[in-house]
Amino acid sequence: MDIMDHVKETPTRTLAEPMPISFTINRKLYQLRLMPWVTLLDALREYLHLTGTKKGCDLGQCGACTVIVNNKRIKSCLTLAVMRNGAEITTIEGVAEVSDLHPLQQAFIDHDAFQCGYCTPGQICSAIGLLNEAKANTREDVKELMSGNLCRCGANTNIVDAIMSVKDGGDHE
Amino acid sequence: MNNFTYRQVTMVEEAIDEKTGNTAFVAGGTNLLDLMKENIAKPDRLIDINHIHQLAGIVELEEGSIRLGATVTNADTAWHPVIESRLPLVSKAILSGASPQLRNMATNGGNLMQRTRCYNFYDKATPCNKREPGSGCSALYGYSRIHAILGASEHCIATHPSDFCVALAALDAVVEVKGSYGEREIPFEDFHRLPEDKPEIDNTLRPGEIITGIRVPPNSFCKHCSYLKIRDRTSFAFALVSVATAFEMDGETISESKDGIGRRCT
Repeated sequence: MDIMDHVKETPTRTLAEPMPISFTINRKLYQLRLMPWVTLLDALREYLHLTGTKKGCDLGQCGACTVIVNNKRIKSCLTLAVMRNGAEITTIEGVAEVSDLHPLQQAFIDHDAFQCGYCTPGQICSAIGLLNEAKANTREDVKELMSGNLCRCGANTNIVDAIMSVKDGGDHE
Repeated sequence: MNNFTYRQVTMVEEAIDEKTGNTAFVAGGTNLLDLMKENIAKPDRLIDINHIHQLAGIVELEEGSIRLGATVTNADTAWHPVIESRLPLVSKAILSGASPQLRNMATNGGNLMQRTRCYNFYDKATPCNKREPGSGCSALYGYSRIHAILGASEHCIATHPSDFCVALAALDAVVEVKGSYGEREIPFEDFHRLPEDKPEIDNTLRPGEIITGIRVPPNSFCKHCSYLKIRDRTSFAFALVSVATAFEMDGETISESKDGIGRRCT
């Protein structure tokens, strides 16, 4: 048998190629080509150098990678960048204009709502999602609806204080 | 994660045609990506079904049933006005599970298709009949706090982790599926199978079939229902045991009741 016959038979599965992706992140359009297995988290951090979004567990448990996609808070480690083609994404870098702080960022400072700060970008993006959802009426509701964000330093009480102060102040655009 | 190709489809028929060989559908991806990162799921191809309009939406049907689209997220389902008012048991069950971010991603069909969270299923250093048929069950004589009370076999004691499914079982839901042959319906009780001697098979879907929706028949349980979940911490944890219960009251008398119990083996 001619050696070329083997060559023709070999490809049994299609090889993956980089795929074109475009999304708007923090009001700016980005276009890039990524392999399908790149998560949104890795796209943000490794390809766009938006390193404010943190990689904690990379398994959807800690919430450090929380970003806002099409107005909903999600875990960027458990979604593929290709699945979010065309999406509008807000990361911690885009929650406020450069010169200002988002009311939640100010509240986190005022209430001493962090120690090491690693979980803070995810906590703040998650809290923005929580306020937009408008399902939390009480302090207990806020605790329950922030359950997807872990703080290993144990600043949780102050985090809830910070969120409550913004929620009651009503200023969370 | 292994290398794979990815394709978005917009029609159910297209999705079914594409489901050949080692292909997986992806919707929310919250469990599938988790399993792929652990190299437990290793599909060659992912078919993204999020853009299929036929799988979206929550609809009140004429005869009084409510149809939950397969790709509607758990959060959109739980907070939907029709579900809150007519199927509060479903809302309560969904909101007791996962975290807000996960509920914004995870879908109704995906909730049914998620795999067990048995520690040994995830730990590739230990035998597991569900992950690797014939290798043995490490949980059987091991740490089994989260494992099955009902329906276990000598081959597997892993449970299905869903809260949503417990409510759907109590409400006699029907799973609507489609394949290349056409459509069929699977009563909820028959959808997930007990492990018996084939724990690697979680459900009665046939190869190539896709869940298109979940239909809940009319009921009058909206005023008297409860979902109770016992777990190791008060939020964002899988159930140690859970119960969905619903009553229809005739004055002071219970005229009809329905129950679903979690921590059952699949």
